[in-house]
Amino acid sequence: MRRLSVPYLLGFTGAAWLILFFLIPLIAGLIVSLMSGDVASGYRLTWNWSIYSDIFVNSNVNYALFLGRSLFYGATATLLTIVIGYPLAYFIAFRVSPRWKTPLLFLVLISFLISFVIRTKMWVFLLGAQGPIISFLQSIHLAGPDFAVLGTPGAVIGGQTYNDLAYMVLPIYVALERIDTRLFEATEDLYGTKRAVFFKTILPLSRSGIFSGILIVFIDTVGDPVNAALLGGRNTYNFGEAIQYAYLNLQQYNVAAALSTVLMIALGIILFVYARVFGTENIEDLV
Amino acid sequence: MTEPRPVSPAASDAAISIKGVSRRFGDAVAVQYVDLDLARGEFFALLGPSGCGKTTTLRMVGGFELPSTGAIYLEGKDVTTLPPYKRDVNTVFQSYALFPHLTVMENTAFGLRRKGVGKAEAAARAGEYLELVGLAGFDKRRPSQLSGGQQQRVALARALVNHPKVLLLDEPMGALDAKIRKTMQHELKRIQREVGITFLYVTHDQAEAMSMADRLAVMNSGLIEDMGAPQRVYDRPATQFVAEFLGTCNVLPIIVDGAGARLPDGNPLVIDGVAAPTEPGWKVGIRPEKLELTPANRAASGANRTTATVTEVTYLGASTEARLATPWGGELQAYRQNTAETVIRPGDQVEVSWHAAQAFLLPPTPTAIATDEEVAA
Repeated sequence: MRRLSVPYLLGFTGAAWLILFFLIPLIAGLIVSLMSGDVASGYRLTWNWSIYSDIFVNSNVNYALFLGRSLFYGATATLLTIVIGYPLAYFIAFRVSPRWKTPLLFLVLISFLISFVIRTKMWVFLLGAQGPIISFLQSIHLAGPDFAVLGTPGAVIGGQTYNDLAYMVLPIYVALERIDTRLFEATEDLYGTKRAVFFKTILPLSRSGIFSGILIVFIDTVGDPVNAALLGGRNTYNFGEAIQYAYLNLQQYNVAAALSTVLMIALGIILFVYARVFGTENIEDLV
Repeated sequence: MTEPRPVSPAASDAAISIKGVSRRFGDAVAVQYVDLDLARGEFFALLGPSGCGKTTTLRMVGGFELPSTGAIYLEGKDVTTLPPYKRDVNTVFQSYALFPHLTVMENTAFGLRRKGVGKAEAAARAGEYLELVGLAGFDKRRPSQLSGGQQQRVALARALVNHPKVLLLDEPMGALDAKIRKTMQHELKRIQREVGITFLYVTHDQAEAMSMADRLAVMNSGLIEDMGAPQRVYDRPATQFVAEFLGTCNVLPIIVDGAGARLPDGNPLVIDGVAAPTEPGWKVGIRPEKLELTPANRAASGANRTTATVTEVTYLGASTEARLATPWGGELQAYRQNTAETVIRPGDQVEVSWHAAQAFLLPPTPTAIATDEEVAA
């Protein structure tokens, strides 16, 4: 009896954690979005479901555009982290001697030792109109006087890619590291070329890592207001910034809550569809 | 260390010819010199203790290691430097190395698909081989859902379905428990006869090699010390190492004088068909089951016999194992079937004798590569 209760007790801690820090805020957010009022007179719950259509249809702010932008930036940044991160993880997992693995993984993580706001600010300095990079490019006539990096979608996507690269590298590395390298010999033995070793054996077996990486990076970048605020400009204004502005500046708590809920649902749908299309019936294959 | 040896040309009718192959890893020599031909359809076992170079030899045939010297021919064609995917050999790996992300069917059809066989055709042929190994109906399972024995059958089907010129098996029974191993040995022999593919089987288990192989080679320190039919290698091993590796063997020192060879107690030693050695250092080997024990009260005299004292008797049901002390301070082991009327006990004096045909001479230093012909000569 006593022994049986232990797993449940341990499970209870996790469940309590989820309820306290996940479920309650979620419901609270939903409830706030259904309130109406303003800061001066206070908010009251009025079950105002029309807020969800209002923010997209009757609003003078084009939230739909910002949402689309956020999704596009996030998707592009996620793709870029895979393109850059996969070869990096592959290199560390298979191409370096074991004693170099830990130092190299540490290098991947080292940027986390500095606050990401400060790191992003450093990019602002480096890429600014008076900054060293553009000045240099202009001095050798590779860039015109109006050339700018900051304020472009490229800068925002670049910042997001830079900041989230490690989130892609680490899960892919873990997945690659787990692959039994004898399978490579088996593939070659069964007439598989080096290409087949990668596409038929390594890639399918590291899918779980890519899946985890996409989950983390996509969710993080789509909702992120910081890169857009620091590296972007008026043309890169995104959903995260809009939520922040509605909450902090306009103090429209109900609007901010509704926008957050919309973002969450949009992410949920996209990731669900992605998991269905890309995924497998066996969820254990992915984790 | 090894002096250069002449490399003979590949036998044209051999399924595989390994010619003067060696392999070094830095300063370490894994394979010193291997020279062997496998006939088509032959079941050949490469036998030896771990680290003797048998697996390295197999990996060179498979294309996973490059020989430092020598050449490997597959049906007369030089494949020494070809990558594994360009050789018509397939391997059953020690750990099976099944693809965990693929089903049994996909695993089995893998090689055919890489060779460009259409999906339906590959599935049909894979199905046949899964049936051959007794795994019909397991198509949709993943390797992780199979037992060790079943995984091994998949590995076998996955290799055989490609009709390789030679099938390489790297200690395939290593991970199986004793009972399944026995069944799999029979299975494997049956399958080999059925498909008629040449098998090169690497193992450290001498019983396994002897029960399955048409011919076997015993390797030690990167050299083949003896090669031939299992019975010949067991009955007349070329070296002391081979004699002791293949089962148990009593090895006795011998005295060589003008009159011929003698046992340490002075009784003459006669071996059928073999002249007594002329230089010192030779030994004689006799298998424990070939020794005859008869109660004796006086010192034995005559050829191929000696007197000994029983020191230990172990009853094993079907047989009895006895340990004997010889007059010159040596020890002998003897097995006797429990059919004899006389019973031996520790402390008994017995006369130990053997037939002249059943002992064999062992040279002082291991000489490499004795073939059937040389032993017969």
